[in-house]
Amino acid sequence: MMPRIDVITGNDAAAWGARLSRVEVIAAYPITPQTTIVETLSKWVDTGEMKAKFITVESEHSAMAAIIGASAAGARAFTATSSHGFFYMFEMISWAVGARVPVVMAVVDRAMAPPWNIWADWNDALAARDLGWIMFFASNNQEVLDTIIQAYKIAEDKNVLLPAMVCLEGFVLSHTTMPVTIHDQEKVDEYLPPYEPPHYVVNPKIAEPLTYGNILFPWDYAKVRLAIQKSMDNAVAVIKKASQEFKEIFGTWHGDLIKEYKTDNAEYLIISMGTVAEEAEAVVDKLREKGMKIGAIKVRAFRPFPKQDIVKAIKDVSKVFVVDRDISFGYGGILAGEVKAVFHDNNIDVPVKEAILGIGGDEILPEHIEKFVLENR
Amino acid sequence: MSEEHLLLPISKPKIGAGGKTGTWRVFRPMIDESQCTKCYQCWMYCPEGAIIVGKRGDYPKINYDYCKGCLICYEVCPVKAISKIREG
Repeated sequence: MMPRIDVITGNDAAAWGARLSRVEVIAAYPITPQTTIVETLSKWVDTGEMKAKFITVESEHSAMAAIIGASAAGARAFTATSSHGFFYMFEMISWAVGARVPVVMAVVDRAMAPPWNIWADWNDALAARDLGWIMFFASNNQEVLDTIIQAYKIAEDKNVLLPAMVCLEGFVLSHTTMPVTIHDQEKVDEYLPPYEPPHYVVNPKIAEPLTYGNILFPWDYAKVRLAIQKSMDNAVAVIKKASQEFKEIFGTWHGDLIKEYKTDNAEYLIISMGTVAEEAEAVVDKLREKGMKIGAIKVRAFRPFPKQDIVKAIKDVSKVFVVDRDISFGYGGILAGEVKAVFHDNNIDVPVKEAILGIGGDEILPEHIEKFVLENR
Repeated sequence: MSEEHLLLPISKPKIGAGGKTGTWRVFRPMIDESQCTKCYQCWMYCPEGAIIVGKRGDYPKINYDYCKGCLICYEVCPVKAISKIREG
């Protein structure tokens, strides 16, 4: 199959990402706005276009448990969820980290109830901030497809071996069509060879059966947890290498841990994630036309958090504007809090202004971001 | 890259990996061989593999070093050949 450009939704792009990654096991439960990802995959498995096992399950908790098992047995495994499904899965989301299985999950970000709301909001995925997943936030449908392929490359790296999630905002990306390049399968195979677990395989058929994750007493447990932190540290370099290699083979670049936009000689910076970060680039263009020296940073990898990349990008900046599509109740914007902590740790004395916009799918237009910047400059 | 990033808690099953769990027992299951029909339901259901059948035709024997006294064998025995007595 040669590369071609299709006009597809973010969910189709996620399904294509899994298909091109030659995922071997999929287990998922439908939930709006994720459903069409696994519907598409289910169809491809049925028609034989994808050679994978599709396990229908009774809940998201079981979906994650099933792909943890599949990955521990040596398969490349995938799932997708949103919002309440994500929260129902929560125990197993943490389990995947401790089990050191490099599974990949598409999270179609959606608000939490009550009141019921099916639209974009980062408060679902960000609840898993501290669990040990590599977390990417995509800005457009091409990035969704590309990042899922990259996520397997990064997660399966022998220096990482952690699960990875690729977040895309509900409806804003999931159900919006855009032109997307469907890469040549042979090239993806070259970039992403088959998964061969370097650490362990749970297989009852092999001569020596084993159990993973029995009880450990505090001192040994702490060492295992420290190993997860070290893998996260390793992931920084692995993400950079995987993004660069992807660019060289496929020609697309969405940034590595961050993507900088007109940050050279910038006095002001807008920092955000996902589609909001892309919206911020339009605001930068408009304000630059008016003579304001402003740039933007997209935080693409929220975990591991791009501490050093942000520090390097600050240079001559005198004020930073962070836009969150989330809130940590009793604190404030989650991304803004992370940015402030990085500044503090690196003795950067730059004021951080924060705005919480687009909660529950409320539309974020360039003029909203522009107003926030101009009123707080 | 760190070499200490993959510390894995992997264990391999073997007899007594968890210590002599027979000390946990509150009730001791006892097989009455005069009533036993050698159907081996107790052997099949024992969750700990603590009931041993040497070869087909032998009476099942309980390994009291590891039997935790869950009494599933007592529940499943179709001819009530297994009794329970409180451990002293």
